Amino acid sequence: MDGVIGFFEQLGPNIEILGARMPQILEGVQVTVLAAAFGGLLALVISFVFGIAQTVKLGAVRIIARIFVEFFRGTSLVVQLFWLAFVLPQLPYPFGWQLAPLAIGVLALGLNYGAYGAEVVRGSIGSVPKGQYEALSALSLSPVRGMFRVIIPQAWALMIPSLSNLWIQLLKGSAIVSTVLLYDLYFRVEQVRDQTGTWFAFLFALVAYYLVAWVIVIIMNALEVRAKHKIGRGPALSDSLGTLLRPPGGKNVARGAMV
Amino acid sequence: MPENTAPDGATSIGAPHIEFRDVVKRFGDNTVLNDLNFTVAKGERVTLIGPSGSGKTTILRLVMTLEELTGGYIHVGGAPLQYEDQGGKRVRVSDKTRRRTTTQIGMVFQHFNLFPNMTVLENITEAPIHVMGLSKAEAISKAEGLLEKVGMSDKRDFNPSQLSGGQQQRVAIARALAMDPEILLLDEVTSALDPELVGEVLAVLKDIAAETDISMLIVTHEMQFARDVSDRVMMFDQGSIVEEGSPEKIFSDPGHQRTRDFLHAVL
Amino acid sequence: MNESWWSWDHAAAVLPMLLEGFFKYTLVATVLGTLIAVVLGLIVAMTRRVAPGFISTPVTWVVEFIRMTPLVVQLVFANLVLSPYIDSTLAIGIWVLGIHYTTYMAEVYRAGIDSVPKGQWEAATALSLPLLRTWRAVVIPQAIRSTLPALGNYAISMFKETPFLVVIYIPEMVRVAQTYGGDTFRYTESITLAGLIFLVASYPTSVLIRRLEKRLA
Repeated sequence: MDGVIGFFEQLGPNIEILGARMPQILEGVQVTVLAAAFGGLLALVISFVFGIAQTVKLGAVRIIARIFVEFFRGTSLVVQLFWLAFVLPQLPYPFGWQLAPLAIGVLALGLNYGAYGAEVVRGSIGSVPKGQYEALSALSLSPVRGMFRVIIPQAWALMIPSLSNLWIQLLKGSAIVSTVLLYDLYFRVEQVRDQTGTWFAFLFALVAYYLVAWVIVIIMNALEVRAKHKIGRGPALSDSLGTLLRPPGGKNVARGAMV
Repeated sequence: MPENTAPDGATSIGAPHIEFRDVVKRFGDNTVLNDLNFTVAKGERVTLIGPSGSGKTTILRLVMTLEELTGGYIHVGGAPLQYEDQGGKRVRVSDKTRRRTTTQIGMVFQHFNLFPNMTVLENITEAPIHVMGLSKAEAISKAEGLLEKVGMSDKRDFNPSQLSGGQQQRVAIARALAMDPEILLLDEVTSALDPELVGEVLAVLKDIAAETDISMLIVTHEMQFARDVSDRVMMFDQGSIVEEGSPEKIFSDPGHQRTRDFLHAVL
Repeated sequence: MNESWWSWDHAAAVLPMLLEGFFKYTLVATVLGTLIAVVLGLIVAMTRRVAPGFISTPVTWVVEFIRMTPLVVQLVFANLVLSPYIDSTLAIGIWVLGIHYTTYMAEVYRAGIDSVPKGQWEAATALSLPLLRTWRAVVIPQAIRSTLPALGNYAISMFKETPFLVVIYIPEMVRVAQTYGGDTFRYTESITLAGLIFLVASYPTSVLIRRLEKRLA
């Protein structure tokens, strides 16, 4: 009864079913958006903390940051998710935490993609022209002041495309959280499947994720235009609304550095 | 002819402002400076000339502590800059002390190195506020004075990217002067400029040279400029001084064949 | 007194099972998935370059759509649709992995092809080389070099995304770990070990690729 033909034959009734189930589906969308938003925020914080920590003079700090990054990049998102969901509750006092599913999802997504993001931040800081560091020295500005007032504003413009890709990766990765009982968009759509058939339910789910991904793309494109304008490269945001719809990918995907 | 305030021998007045003692600088296996000794007196303007790769820029970068000394000592205002001699032992000067010394030193770069995320005014006030501890109002009024001096008053709220190379370099000069440096290092400041923009930058620098008594260490390929502002010219080749003397002497009557060859090639 | 949080007995019991899952499924999926992505990615990149707009534009859309939607959803979708026709869930999983990563690899090749100087194409035209010959002998050999590090990076990230195959119940390493935990009510050893195996396998590889990246840069 399923299949592409069934998809078109049943399109009308299916849309009705979807409409009836909309409250639950919207709850799922909300959970996915929350996981992607908070996970993204946590990832951003981790990216900056551990990205910057890898550039400081103190060797011990650099090494600790390096280990953190390699650990969370190397051990796979799903393992981290399961570890937080299944192992953490079994650990002895003072651990043994049974976290809420959303917290587990946000933590795992934030830690994993944050570790990748730290590499992006580190790389971008390293790509700020050497002359800028020399000018800071010549003006005797303190390293901390120089980092936050001069280097990071410039690095920020460089890192946004990569962070944008990472955030989309995080959104895509978030579809795994239903395995730890977080009732996200994917989970809700899977529930509808019995009634609507596979094609309808899953195409709907994919399109929904695609649209959320585009929201991320537009936000990040806007941030990039603004950041570039601030360092004197490119027009103001109000003059370049067309670039907001520029698709992601390109150079960063091509480098294979985003995942 | 421009006036020449300091003939040969002027260096004997007062203690040296900059002193290179047995300075060695290597990059890997490549020895750039070998046992270099010279001094710069307070208020003296010394121009370094010579073929590229002769170590001139490295000398400036060592004074700015952008490069680490391989051997020997540099003293600025009598204080050790990068290393000090403690009873025959060569000890690294702490970063904090280094920074205290380098606060007296300003540098203008070949590629300007303005901060692109700040306006012209912010570029100039950043260090006075956050290094010298000036209030914002003080820093701004000072910056405005300097902008007027370099002829950039009307561009104070511009972004560096909106300026020509010559204008950017004039802002960079104002930025360096805002720190009230006692020593100014000029590293090929016109080399990255289109030929028609060189004049405006050199004019500003000549004014500053005439109006202040800042010690200057200059690397340039503009021989006329060198002749106009220098008290002394040092000819470098392969990391050591071939000869030195007043600009008249060096440019009109060089004593060394290599100097003659070099001047012949650039003039 | 409750039992100790780490049991070497459990660790010893689960390790062989994990390794079996690792070699029989995780590694196999990674290698075959990468192979698919490497071949299809090139085909997609060339299609987008040479095909007329009415073909290359839809191809671009589809590629972008696949790249911007979750692998997990694609896996379950493909499995539900294809399982009546294809017996092997593993095969379905590998193809979905491969096609998902094809969309990345296509970008990699595109950048590689773009990096071949225009003069090379012009020289090939001047020599009247046929199109296929131009691609095979001139463009691809030059383009491929710059794509190697990215290819390596994607192979590693595919490796680390193979646990997504749990959603279609393929007994790769993490699924094995999860099952063991469910059966014994002890997750600590199995899941921790699975993570460590990932780390041990991926870290040296990524160090090698970073070196390759530097050498080719």
